[in-house]
Amino acid sequence: MAQKIPSSEITPEHIYLSRRKFMTGAGALAATAAILGVAGCNTSPTAPAASGSNTAQSGAPAKSQPEAPAAVQPQTDELGDPLNTFEAITNYNNYYEFTTTKEDVAAMAQGFTTSPWQVEVGGLVNNPKTFGMEELLRFEQEERIYRLRCVEAWSMVIPWVGFPLRKLLEEVDPKSDAKFVRFETVFRPEEMPGQRSPWYTWPYVEGLRMDEAMHDLTLMATGLYGKDLLPQSGAPLRLVVPWKYGFKSIKSIVKIDLVDKIPVSLWMAAAPNEYGFFANVNPAVSHPRWSQATERRIGEFGRRATLPFNGYANEVAHLYDGMDLSVFF
Amino acid sequence: MATRKNGISPLMVALHVGAFVPLLWTVWDFWQGNMALAINPFQEVTFRTGKAALILLLLSLAVTPVNSVFGWRQVIPMRKWLGLYAFMYGLLHFAIFIVDNGLVGGGISAVALYEATFKKRFALVGFAALMILLPLAVTSNKWAMRQLKKNWKRLHRLVYLAGVLVIVHFIWLVKSDVREPLIYGAVLTVLLALRVPAVRKSIRNLRSRRKNPRTIAVDGA
Ligand code: HEM
Repeated sequence: MAQKIPSSEITPEHIYLSRRKFMTGAGALAATAAILGVAGCNTSPTAPAASGSNTAQSGAPAKSQPEAPAAVQPQTDELGDPLNTFEAITNYNNYYEFTTTKEDVAAMAQGFTTSPWQVEVGGLVNNPKTFGMEELLRFEQEERIYRLRCVEAWSMVIPWVGFPLRKLLEEVDPKSDAKFVRFETVFRPEEMPGQRSPWYTWPYVEGLRMDEAMHDLTLMATGLYGKDLLPQSGAPLRLVVPWKYGFKSIKSIVKIDLVDKIPVSLWMAAAPNEYGFFANVNPAVSHPRWSQATERRIGEFGRRATLPFNGYANEVAHLYDGMDLSVFF
Repeated sequence: MATRKNGISPLMVALHVGAFVPLLWTVWDFWQGNMALAINPFQEVTFRTGKAALILLLLSLAVTPVNSVFGWRQVIPMRKWLGLYAFMYGLLHFAIFIVDNGLVGGGISAVALYEATFKKRFALVGFAALMILLPLAVTSNKWAMRQLKKNWKRLHRLVYLAGVLVIVHFIWLVKSDVREPLIYGAVLTVLLALRVPAVRKSIRNLRSRRKNPRTIAVDGA
């Protein structure tokens, strides 16, 4: 497959407890470091024992190479920015199926049934198949540290666990006329009170172009911080597309269809002038109601500049060669 | 019940204490580890101060009809203070907005601030509302009233426009579900409608026919 991603983004399982303790104290320090352009140099006395083998950052832009042992690296993304805490990641969620109040989602999602779980994969494929969650967990699970940039101009760094969507799609063998992948969230209004709201066309739908879906960065996440996903994070299975605004990364998926027409997502239906199909992170194209030029990294005091494609331009910009991104927003 | 000439009425005590409840509540919530305040404090405090400013503004707009329609005269002195507290929360709201949007990459960015305030219509109308409330707050004293004479009333009628702008601000900033701003908009509509002489008179007539036919309410702006 096309692109290799920097090896620093793929790390084997780690012990997260000591890392989490370290994070709270190091947040401010690392933020300053990033501003000064010496990112990647934060060392930690509580770093877990070296168990990884991530050496140099092959894909990362040239910068001073840290002397620190390899195991220190996974505490940051490949740009040297620290992970957000497990607490922040699991208590500040946009999941309108439960509530539009981000800090209330965790409590509202408590009783959500995530097992048993099945995902029906069909449409323009040669081997349509319904996968049980156990089968999906048989794909090799990797850790990927990704930035998540919300369309509301805040962001986090999250250590996901999952497998590339590509592996799942290869299993069902897409037909040649399949151009897009359409995803659907479970529709269960009795457990998801937000789905009774008439303001949106439930269930949640999202879509990717075929080449986006097959890209190595595109992840089906089953966990984060080395644990199974919690309901508020989209358990048991969600999409993660790190170069697109967070709403593209659909949660609690039950249906995946390969189709030949561009899928209409929930947000495209709700506000077509505000949310496009591509939704690539782009500081140059502002949302009609607010600027996308800067973002608030959760845990930091000041804002930071938003990076084109959320910092993954080297990996994905070529997918959009020749496209006017202010038209295809 | 007569309005007290000297001393401070229980109503006014309630007002001055109540006006600080949103602020103290925020401090309390923060101390209690409220997630929104812990994780994205800027946005959460922006929401809270904006909501407090809006509610206080609507309360101050409710004073005149409460007096003119229901003849509850003792509320009149509250109008000024409700307006001032609305302005205070509006200023706080804007101050947080400045810190939230002006600090980029460790420094102060005038460009970012300018763009955040003037390039987005929702922020622009909020700013316009605050700029209207500013001269009203400055002239909310006896001295200014004497200086401005008739013009004082004219000037202070701008508060209606400020109210409308804040509702527009709120409608334009929500994603898709406009129910909440529309509820506040409905309240504002009722409060403004009660100022229309015909509406006011017919309600008053209804009331006085049922009760004392000789009740005379005082007109106000
Ligand atoms: C000085 C200009 C103003 C600016 C730049 C401004 C900016 C903002 C911002 C950024 C938000 C939050 C939007 C979001 O994150 O989704 C907001 C919300 C709000 N603002 Fe303002 N605002 C201004 C003036 C005002 C004034 C004067 C009032 C009321 C008197 C007001 C009332 C509100 C209300 C009610 C909300 C919504 C709160 C909620 O959603 O719970 N704003 N404003």
